Amino acid sequence: MSIKLGVPSKGRLMEKTFDWFGARGVGLSRSESEREYAGAVTGVEGVDLVLLSAGEIPRELAAGRIHLGVTGTDLVREKLVQWDQQVEPLAELGFGQADLIVAVPACWIDVDTLDDLDAAAAAFRARHGFRMRIATKYHRLVRDYLRAGGVADYQLVDSQGATEGTVKNLTAEAVADITSTGETLRANHLKVLSEEPVLRSQATLFRSRAAKMAPGDREALKALCATLGL
Amino acid sequence: MGVSIAAEKAEAERLKAVFAEAGALPLDCPVLQPAETLLDLYGEDIRARAYVTQDPSRGEVMLRPDFTVPVVQMHMSDGAEPARYTYAGEVFRRQEQHPERRSEYFQVGYEVFDRGDPALLDAEVFARFAQVLAPWGLRAVTGDMGILAAAVAGLQISERRRAALMRHIWRPRRFRALLDRYSGKTPVPPSRAALLADPQALDRAGVSVGLRSEAEVAARIAALRADAAEGPLCRSQVDLIDTVLSVRETCTYALEHLHDIAVDLPGLVPAVERFERRCAALAEAGIDVAQLDFEASFGRTSMEYYDGFVFGFLADRRPDLPPVATGGRYDALCRHLGGGREIPAVGGVIRPGLLLELTA
Repeated sequence: MSIKLGVPSKGRLMEKTFDWFGARGVGLSRSESEREYAGAVTGVEGVDLVLLSAGEIPRELAAGRIHLGVTGTDLVREKLVQWDQQVEPLAELGFGQADLIVAVPACWIDVDTLDDLDAAAAAFRARHGFRMRIATKYHRLVRDYLRAGGVADYQLVDSQGATEGTVKNLTAEAVADITSTGETLRANHLKVLSEEPVLRSQATLFRSRAAKMAPGDREALKALCATLGL
Repeated sequence: MGVSIAAEKAEAERLKAVFAEAGALPLDCPVLQPAETLLDLYGEDIRARAYVTQDPSRGEVMLRPDFTVPVVQMHMSDGAEPARYTYAGEVFRRQEQHPERRSEYFQVGYEVFDRGDPALLDAEVFARFAQVLAPWGLRAVTGDMGILAAAVAGLQISERRRAALMRHIWRPRRFRALLDRYSGKTPVPPSRAALLADPQALDRAGVSVGLRSEAEVAARIAALRADAAEGPLCRSQVDLIDTVLSVRETCTYALEHLHDIAVDLPGLVPAVERFERRCAALAEAGIDVAQLDFEASFGRTSMEYYDGFVFGFLADRRPDLPPVATGGRYDALCRHLGGGREIPAVGGVIRPGLLLELTA
């Protein structure tokens, strides 16, 4: 048998993951055919590479269909209920850094903290007759964050892409999104609140707590961790 | 969970029959409720506690997280007055933080819509629950959201600050944060200090985007200036709120204690008198108020729509279980749903599944 390592199947996240493992003596490569989502592992025994969409890796880890997986902390926390009981972070890989933040129009010079956002939301609702809209795709994380911050009179509206544009298009008053440099926010006349972000995310190697181990798998995992220096 | 759905349902029907025999009209409510009504009432947080689903023609719908809203709506649309209702059925709760808790269970309710003496009606409802639940030897706790509300109403502060405190009266942490800021315990954030120090701040606001207009920003800055000019809330006022919130003893002693506090906070007097009349009515209904617990902060977190008398029945030998029964007065909720119409209401629910667990 073997243990399954899930890695993002394309783009910079895949390349950087390959580089990170490669630098530690574990060679990961995608199979010859670009269309086939399979790969090869060299340098350690008993490890299979599974290429998956980064968004599916949390679910596959939780279900125990892969033993290890590389994905963003943001996705794990958004998609898994009581995430820490389902997966264990083994290593932060030092790339894919991004913060999940709440941003409001830069012209809201009266809003800088969650306290301000709450007060502005109350006045907005009284003035416009509906709850202030915050566009995001991270519903659970943002809701928990705003509840802990004591913000009321808001509503989350779903936005799966181009979230920063929703304010200009008048489909939201504020946004909660992942940002790395903040450039897109500035281009859309938005600013980040001066609070701790909802979440600081980066690419992380997770271990599934649910995946079954066949005889020999435990040794393979131990050997892999030793090679990676974990 | 050792309790079968059939057993839970049978117990729910039995309790409903007891309430019906006492004169309550049995009601049935749809499981699917329009999400918008509930979201407007409870805010976005309800999504973490209720199942929301999509209907192609009706939009967002919610599996009923409780019966309160549909019962109030049915009463408003075609109810006679006064009215007493009972119902039994399943409610659905997402348990994101506590997957071990049940996400589907029965509730049996008894609700009274009556413009008569609130003290008598509060006592009637409580006594009814006490009687029905007597065989289980539960501990009853009571409270009164009206007391804290009256304390806030009696504070020597601006109406703006009072409104902000009232708005967060059901969110203890936020309420506390506001008190800390008004009293100067929490320093003014640097960004706000800078904003207030800059009379030309608005001219530098830059491109205006979004629905919230420059006038709204200006209005809030004006409000912040007024707030800064008001000065800190006196420490003794904060202490009064803390003293009220910390009242936690039997009804008899709590009443004495609150009478004492009302000497320094005269605004509290009407609420304390209401509490006193309720105690008398409870005693009249056969409740031993000298043994009945009272907690001024009871019902502040999870029972957002109660605004007067509140109560709960707890199984002390099973601290892992949620309250077996909860209830209270929810005039404000009715006012909200009725578009300002006054419909005084008091009632409560029992979880028959928990009763069976206690018997098992």
